[in-house]
Amino acid sequence: MKELIKRLVEAYGPSGREGEVRALIEAELAGIVDEMRVDAMGNLIAHKRGSGGGRRIMVAAHMDEIGLIITHVDEKGYLRFARVGGVLPGTPLGSRVRFGNGVIGVIGHEDGMGAKADGDWDKVFVDVGATSKEDCPVQVGDVAGFVQPMVDLGSRLAAKSMDDRVGCAVIIAAARAISATPNELFLVFTTQEEVGTRGAVVSAYGIEPEVGIAVDVTPTGDFPESRTMSVSLGKGAAIKVLDSGMISHPGVKNWMVATAEAGGIAYQLEVLDRGTTDARAIQTSRAGVPAGCLSVPTRYVHSQSEMVDMGDLEACVELLAALMENVPQI
Amino acid sequence: MNASAMHGLLQRLCDAMGVTGNEGAVREILREAVAEHCDELRTDALGNLICFKAANGEAAEDAWPRKVMVAAHMDEIGLMVTYINEDGTLRFLPAGGIDPRILVAKRVVIGGNAVAGVIGARPIHLTKPEDRQRALGVDDLVIDIGAKDKAAAAALVKPGDYAGFATTFQVLDEGGVQAAKGKAFDDRAGCAALAQLVQGSYPFDLYAVFTAQEEVGLRGATVAANAVMPDVAFALEGTICDDLPKDEDVSPVTELGKGPAITLMDQSFIADRRLVDHLVRTAEARGIPYQFKRAVAGGTDSGAMHLAGEGVPSVTVAAPARYIHGPVGMISLADYTSMVALMRAALETLQGGWTR
Repeated sequence: MKELIKRLVEAYGPSGREGEVRALIEAELAGIVDEMRVDAMGNLIAHKRGSGGGRRIMVAAHMDEIGLIITHVDEKGYLRFARVGGVLPGTPLGSRVRFGNGVIGVIGHEDGMGAKADGDWDKVFVDVGATSKEDCPVQVGDVAGFVQPMVDLGSRLAAKSMDDRVGCAVIIAAARAISATPNELFLVFTTQEEVGTRGAVVSAYGIEPEVGIAVDVTPTGDFPESRTMSVSLGKGAAIKVLDSGMISHPGVKNWMVATAEAGGIAYQLEVLDRGTTDARAIQTSRAGVPAGCLSVPTRYVHSQSEMVDMGDLEACVELLAALMENVPQI
Repeated sequence: MNASAMHGLLQRLCDAMGVTGNEGAVREILREAVAEHCDELRTDALGNLICFKAANGEAAEDAWPRKVMVAAHMDEIGLMVTYINEDGTLRFLPAGGIDPRILVAKRVVIGGNAVAGVIGARPIHLTKPEDRQRALGVDDLVIDIGAKDKAAAAALVKPGDYAGFATTFQVLDEGGVQAAKGKAFDDRAGCAALAQLVQGSYPFDLYAVFTAQEEVGLRGATVAANAVMPDVAFALEGTICDDLPKDEDVSPVTELGKGPAITLMDQSFIADRRLVDHLVRTAEARGIPYQFKRAVAGGTDSGAMHLAGEGVPSVTVAAPARYIHGPVGMISLADYTSMVALMRAALETLQGGWTR
């Protein structure tokens, strides 16, 4: 699991540029699912056939990560950019980014390295070591993701893009863990979640699921002086009750809770007052779909050191596998 | 369509009033312009004008795309009258994204009777220096139609009437970049270009859709795309242009006279990279100038179209327009002509020009 997560989180995949991540996941799923296809927006849709008597279940995790898109190359070869998704003002100066063509750059600031993180992105730039516009290997429109190797802290891991490659890993591991299922399972690795759950909008439309589950990260309230939130690292899989974009279908939420309790799987209930997931898009697809979300508790979300707990991950995999193996009781 | 006929259509479109939700007058001009060039023409429940033109022959078995939607929005930003004051002046709200600072001392035209009005401001004689430090907001302003009281005003306008800016189209410079001023280049430039494209002949079914209510959230395009369910979509636009001199080496969003702007990403969508590449290849092969839009700002009908059905590869091409979302804007007719040429060539070579 750690090795899979490492490969996924270290891959390049800002919103709209998910190809590298998609290729990794396709390779992992070969032999586990019955068929795979890629839709017009780049979503990877893997279908595992059911033995009958079950429901059409869409399980989604997003492949994309936050990043930057270049808007200008100046005469000296410095790059100005706009953000792709919710890159935070506190993103450290000196951070490294990687472009699709492999070029690495570092983030600098007009006011120097002591500059205040005030969200004035007009003063921030990327330096790829070019000396002029002419020798700059990056052009307007090129997209970069952050670079940060995963660190293994024993029972915990820290890396960029745990949001939501860890969700992708949970789905892959759960799909491996089950043998047969009565359900028609659609494992969807979505695109462009960070810019508005866009991939999930169209994939849910295409699949027409009867039940939807997103697997995504959720922030925690367990670090010093953190905002009050009763999700902590190490206390199990988080079952979402609501976030600012979606109220989980009570039947789906209760089914998730009952499954966790029946299996003796550690879980915690999640109430998130900011942010949302692909479950929102699934829920409002076509005439509406009962949907919920299985969340991986994650510290420092949208930083380059998002931290997760191995015990939580095991609980998430175990719970998702149990949900996939059984006919939803909603 | 020759140059003067083209300018004539653009001029008529820009001078027409079509504040968002009230696109009827613009729609009638377009209906007349495209009727003889298409196979079917209908107006849907939201007021979109959907113009269908069948493929120009039997397509090869594996030809793709088979169905292409090109959208341009008919609506413009403006104001809506909300209340008639006792003194005969009119309260209003913005319809679409308007910076209230630009409203002071502007002329507007209100409602179906085209009642003339002004948004007045206290003259300099009556204001203190500190008053002039503060921008007036919508709540500080009224439209004055010269009525002596509420009853007199109510005989001319009613709450719910739309007000648009009173600005006429004019070519400023026949040479150079052929600058023209007018209102609503966002998106009558796209509408005029699309009306011209309908005259072409394509190997796929073309749905030219003149959309409603883009300025309040891509609403017309949302339902039109669901009805059409295209394989590929293009939005034609008038876009942000801020090319006035800058001290620093930072990029303008677009520059007048440097060709149509291709969007890579805005707030509403990420352009399909394959379509961007096809446009770039086409422009370079034909020697048509182009530029990229260098800001992730604003949204276009592509934002709605790319999310239709199971997803639609989409891209936006736009004429740079200085001072957009204001009472008067400026475009380059050379950019406009290049936009039509680029789109015409890109559509004609679309099948086989890129891969799914």
